[in-house]
Amino acid sequence: MIADRREFLKSAAIGLFVLGRDALAAAADGGQKRLVMVLLRGAVDGLNVVIPFAEEAYYQERRSIAIAPPGKPDGALALDGHFGLHPALASLMPLWSDRNLAFVHAAGSPDATRSHFDAQLYLENGTPGHSTTRDGWMNRLLLALPGPRGATDAVSIGPILPRILAGKAPVATVPLGPGGAQALPIDQPDIGSAFDRLYSGDEALGKSYREGRETRAKLVELLAKERPIADNGAPPPAGFPGQAARLAQLMRRDPAIRLAAIGLGGWDTHVNQGNHRGQLAGHLRPLGEGLAAFAQGSGESWRGTVVVVLSEFGRTVRENGNGGTDHGHGNLIWVLGGAVNGGRVYGDWPGLAPAQLYQRRDLAVTTDFRSVLAVILDRHLRLSDRQVEAVFPGVPPVSPELVQLIPG
Amino acid sequence: MPTQVAAIAAAVCLVIFLPVVLTRAAEAVPERQIIHVLNRLAFGPTLEELRHVKTIGVERFIAEQLDPRSIPDPLELRWRLDQLDTLRLNPVQLRQLYGPLRIPRGFKPNPELEKAQGERVKVILRDASEARMFRAVLSRRQLKEVMVDFWFNHFNVFSGKGLDDVWIGNYEEQAIRPFALGRFRDLLFATTKHPAMLVYLDNTLSSAAGSPGARGKQRGLNENFAREVMELHTLGADGGYTQEDVITLARILTGWTVNPRDARLYPEYAAVFEGDRHDYDPKVFLGHTLKSRGKAEGEEALDILAHSPATARHISFELAQYFVVDEPPAALVERLAARFLETEGDIREVLKTLFASSKFWDSYRQKYKTPYQFVISAVRAADVPVGNVRPLLGAMDQLGMPLYGCLTPDGYKNTEEAWLSPDATTRRIGFATALARGGLGLSADKNPVDAGHLGAIFGATMSEVTQEVVKSAPLALRAALILGSPDFMRR
Repeated sequence: MIADRREFLKSAAIGLFVLGRDALAAAADGGQKRLVMVLLRGAVDGLNVVIPFAEEAYYQERRSIAIAPPGKPDGALALDGHFGLHPALASLMPLWSDRNLAFVHAAGSPDATRSHFDAQLYLENGTPGHSTTRDGWMNRLLLALPGPRGATDAVSIGPILPRILAGKAPVATVPLGPGGAQALPIDQPDIGSAFDRLYSGDEALGKSYREGRETRAKLVELLAKERPIADNGAPPPAGFPGQAARLAQLMRRDPAIRLAAIGLGGWDTHVNQGNHRGQLAGHLRPLGEGLAAFAQGSGESWRGTVVVVLSEFGRTVRENGNGGTDHGHGNLIWVLGGAVNGGRVYGDWPGLAPAQLYQRRDLAVTTDFRSVLAVILDRHLRLSDRQVEAVFPGVPPVSPELVQLIPG
Repeated sequence: MPTQVAAIAAAVCLVIFLPVVLTRAAEAVPERQIIHVLNRLAFGPTLEELRHVKTIGVERFIAEQLDPRSIPDPLELRWRLDQLDTLRLNPVQLRQLYGPLRIPRGFKPNPELEKAQGERVKVILRDASEARMFRAVLSRRQLKEVMVDFWFNHFNVFSGKGLDDVWIGNYEEQAIRPFALGRFRDLLFATTKHPAMLVYLDNTLSSAAGSPGARGKQRGLNENFAREVMELHTLGADGGYTQEDVITLARILTGWTVNPRDARLYPEYAAVFEGDRHDYDPKVFLGHTLKSRGKAEGEEALDILAHSPATARHISFELAQYFVVDEPPAALVERLAARFLETEGDIREVLKTLFASSKFWDSYRQKYKTPYQFVISAVRAADVPVGNVRPLLGAMDQLGMPLYGCLTPDGYKNTEEAWLSPDATTRRIGFATALARGGLGLSADKNPVDAGHLGAIFGATMSEVTQEVVKSAPLALRAALILGSPDFMRR
């Protein structure tokens, strides 16, 4: 039954695509199920994003960088009786109140590495402990999704193709900075056709070339001409909020996009992390604003969207001697979207007392990050168990609590 | 029996034509070999360099490149480098002249002056970038320039971190360049002791907890540097160390820091050992009970790392990946690692072994160029005058590889999987087209690239499809097609 409904929606979407631009925007409304991954590279300090303010140990271990409990000056924004949100993320509170934002705390990888590079590899190839998996799990996911494949089914923001999307299925890289849709010489027909021939004989580069050409054809049309609609003529803000707003616009205009990924750096706060203000606060604010702008800009298609924000691992419970935190283990996963059962912090909270910590220093991992993603693959993107297994081989079973993350 | 006749005829033909085929093959192989060594030991061929290798042969070219001092550099390059004053300043002078303004106690900061100083410091990144690009394009000591690219990424620092905007150029001049073809141990010592690295990986802030100098923001241990020294610079992530070793190395390196401005002790040094922040407890590191204390203890630990078989394997893997294929065969890596250990990390000897290996010669055009390699090789092949390198730096920014702009300590990768993306391919073609038209703004005059010149370099080694498309294209488009071809994306 479900499959039929989805098939119907998809064919409706394809039909409307032909009808023109207005109909095209309407087609994206909630019909297409989408997943957006935001990778915070460098390991964000999740204990200062969703603060366990009820834990005495939190304040004992973080003399200078702790966020005060809700109600205190510059305190956390209360989420429930145990957790509060960093005040720099106030822009996300409306989504929390609308139950469009959930967190899974003490989540992470079963692999113990504290190397950024290995941990990011596992986060992206989806096989913790196995560095030989070459393709990214989002590419395997794309192969598992039904339907015809186009150049922009999966998009990566920025000039580089991250491992999470790399693999057999075609993906698009979209520069969403200012000027990303500027004309290139290859957009001219005579130059384009000569290069088309040139790249017809090379397998690997030819694939990438054709994807680039098809993406550009769409991108130039979608981004360059339609800018004023999303921002009422105002120039988009710099950095992530601007990129997020443009991504929302692109996804609203192009119903073919099902998966998107974006990476953000600057989270490796070994030194002077700050508390309610300072380095981390300065990075969280545009992130929160960008996510809110994305929700806003998605319009009706927000209903069919899930956004997941996560890092390769967490940071030490205890602050180091330099007002920062070092590489740790368990962390926080953020899940946003109209399709999310939010307003709730999920996960089995292990506590911060010394005996409760991983190797007596880090937040323990009680939820495998792949389980969180598996729930989304299963209940949002409607993959079968076998397909989920193909994306995340050996994924552990999902707890009954976590299943509720996406209402059936 | 028609088949038998045909077979006999074929055999006769084979006998008759065999010598011809063989001579043709013998001619074709050297051309590929020449392009191969110039693609790997240099940033691609120029017509001049191609003729040079043709004259002296690939073996002698390799020997020359391994001994860069034997190769004279063009006058133009020396003249270009002479213009770049900040390259000749030491770290103390650089901080004095370009560091943040000092505001004496009781005085208010002047935002206008501070802004002006913030503008002034940009000359350092500009000088460093110009020096790097001019050397990469013009220098005839190409292997040295290739190794600078390799080592800078191996020991990466980021110009946007703390005072590294002041020290980035000096870091390359003093810690990387002199040892690019030397001993690994010297590189490790030079980079570990350079203030740019100590700042970049936060070691300036790391102190033994409870030591007399542990105060304010420097009151405790910071693991960042110790972890990356082992994971990235020496042993490699699977090099067999534990979290305990990370903490021990962090303790060993406590006190390795930056000298304060106007320091009374050692005013001529920017990087110093501060004994009152050091952890003097005895330590066991990677199974070795350390004999020395204080600063010497750090040097003892670095020596252990520099001579470890895990380090030999890690560096050998990276060299084989850079010079041969993205996933180098284990046997080759083992051979290089053995040579590394035999010669106490003599990089020249390891490279000699690598260039003599059959795997090296079998890997013709199997590496996908990084944006850096693509941009530089295109300008070299084009042979157009370059007075302004900013369009080249801009192209690298757009392709996701800003020079001195890699934020993370693992440096830029050099694999196909890291750089091949749909957007990159169209943008590289855009760059090739603009360069070919003379429209990049590399010099005051527009200098379109001569397609015949490129044909003289690549004509014989281009794929059939490329040759055919180029031949049938309008003359004005031919240079763009060669520089934007799939052939040219690989080295």
